Amino acid sequence: MTGTAKFSAAVVIAWIVIALTSPFVVEGANQIVLEQTFAGPSAAAPFGKDDLGRDIGKRVLLGASISCTVAFAVVAVSVVIGTAFGIAIAWVGGIVDLIGARIMDVFLAFPGILLAIALAAVLGPGIENVLMALSIVSWVGFARLARAQTLSVKQRDHVLVARALGTPVIRICARHILPLILAPLIVEATFAIAAVIIAEAGLSFLGLGVQPPTPSWGSMIKDGTRYLLIAPHMALGPGLALFSIVIAINTLGDRLRDALQIKRAAFQN
Amino acid sequence: MGSLAAHRLATAVFVLLGVSSITFFLLHLVPGDPIEVMLGESASVADRAALRTDLGLDAPIAEQWLDFHRNLLTFDLGTSLYSKKPIADVLAERIPWTMMLAGASLIVALLIALPLGIAAALRPDTAVDWGAATISLLGVSVPNFLLGPLLIIVFSIGLGWFPVSGTDAPTSIVLPALTLGASLAAILSRMIRASLLEVLSEEYIVSARARGLSPATIIARHALPNAALPVLTIIGLQLGALLGGAVITELIFAWPGIGQLTIEAIQRRDYPLVQACVLVISFAYVVVNTLTDILYASVDPRIGFD
Repeated sequence: MTGTAKFSAAVVIAWIVIALTSPFVVEGANQIVLEQTFAGPSAAAPFGKDDLGRDIGKRVLLGASISCTVAFAVVAVSVVIGTAFGIAIAWVGGIVDLIGARIMDVFLAFPGILLAIALAAVLGPGIENVLMALSIVSWVGFARLARAQTLSVKQRDHVLVARALGTPVIRICARHILPLILAPLIVEATFAIAAVIIAEAGLSFLGLGVQPPTPSWGSMIKDGTRYLLIAPHMALGPGLALFSIVIAINTLGDRLRDALQIKRAAFQN
Repeated sequence: MGSLAAHRLATAVFVLLGVSSITFFLLHLVPGDPIEVMLGESASVADRAALRTDLGLDAPIAEQWLDFHRNLLTFDLGTSLYSKKPIADVLAERIPWTMMLAGASLIVALLIALPLGIAAALRPDTAVDWGAATISLLGVSVPNFLLGPLLIIVFSIGLGWFPVSGTDAPTSIVLPALTLGASLAAILSRMIRASLLEVLSEEYIVSARARGLSPATIIARHALPNAALPVLTIIGLQLGALLGGAVITELIFAWPGIGQLTIEAIQRRDYPLVQACVLVISFAYVVVNTLTDILYASVDPRIGFD
């Protein structure tokens, strides 16, 4: 591992530890102190206070917990559903594959997080609805990848042998196909975690994510943009937090892709 | 070629139908009674009944679906609950603004990506290349809702070069276009680098060098045109990210396009308008991608469809 990769890994691990422990350790993140409204950075509060005099640093630490929970949950659900869907339609082939591929096309036709925005808007605010909206958007990337890989792997001799020996289909998919297509899926999952962290913050930025007073980086940045002229420090803490974890994960994803020697082609279809 | 285009068009029609069906069902995902959510609890019984009939919500769901699509074919998107204007008229006002912003972002992205990509391809694995890679990693890692406020702090509040938001000055478009185009620039610069590197080892480049042509001529006349096709495809695909990102970017800069309209409609619970916005943005994306694919196949005879 190079220095950059080690540093990135350290940043990611640090954020995961913060996400796991902050709900139990950090106290007084929602404590309103009106005398300290918009107070700049100080020794007691290195990232300053917000429009209600709350400690921005503490709220950023708590926000990590929302970001990471949503990211890992959404990616876990998406990997399982997407991979199962992709392998299944590619394995059955024929008309099933054709219809499955068109279904994926439909989900890919909604640009960016537009579908997630629309879903979160009609479902109403709340963390469960954020999870649902982002999962509905995210699974299709894994499905596309798993399908493309399975289509080529299922032609290989060892799969043919397994079929000739009468191995059950589920076992062939789990033991003879999945291990061979796992590497690109892991890389995709890494990038997906960064993408979901950004998407969750985006939804919160639009007011469609977790609701106040629960701190989320996206809604904190939104609050910061409202007071850019008088308190530019308000967006700084959550902005740095978001930026540091996303760039660290993307760097790790790049290195992982190189290390696993996955051709770019695996991501284009 | 003809059958390829026909195949692609048939797929596009199927996808559009899927997109419109999902958009149709959005209204039915509203928890509880959508009429109550849209009008509020204080609305009179008569108003509720009127809206229910208006939206056709009292009909069987299959009939509603058919009506929705029949109206779609005649560009009848219904009436906005908030402004009481026909939704088609509301959209017509906003669409040109988003097209202008998307076009400007694309230009900004190319202005950044071309020099970065070319420089990186000419000096692979040097400091120049790593610098370009770092800039592009930054570009994809900074979300637009962070980059936008950052640009406002530096260029509007700090330096006073551009307006904070709105559309009053001709320079108003610069910061939103930069915000929206940054991640596209990052992706494009990597694509241009990869595509150029592949082309630069071709024999016609070697022969051009042997003929003593200047490096600038070789890049501009021989390498770039041949490297352009894969880059064009990426632009087509990334247009989706551009349109999706426009929602947040337009909100930050108070840009009166369809993205800001989407958020306004969501905040006012004007669900028919939300549906229409989602539909228009997604349809634009599908149409552009279909056209890119067909164009691609017609320009390069080597391309076939699987």
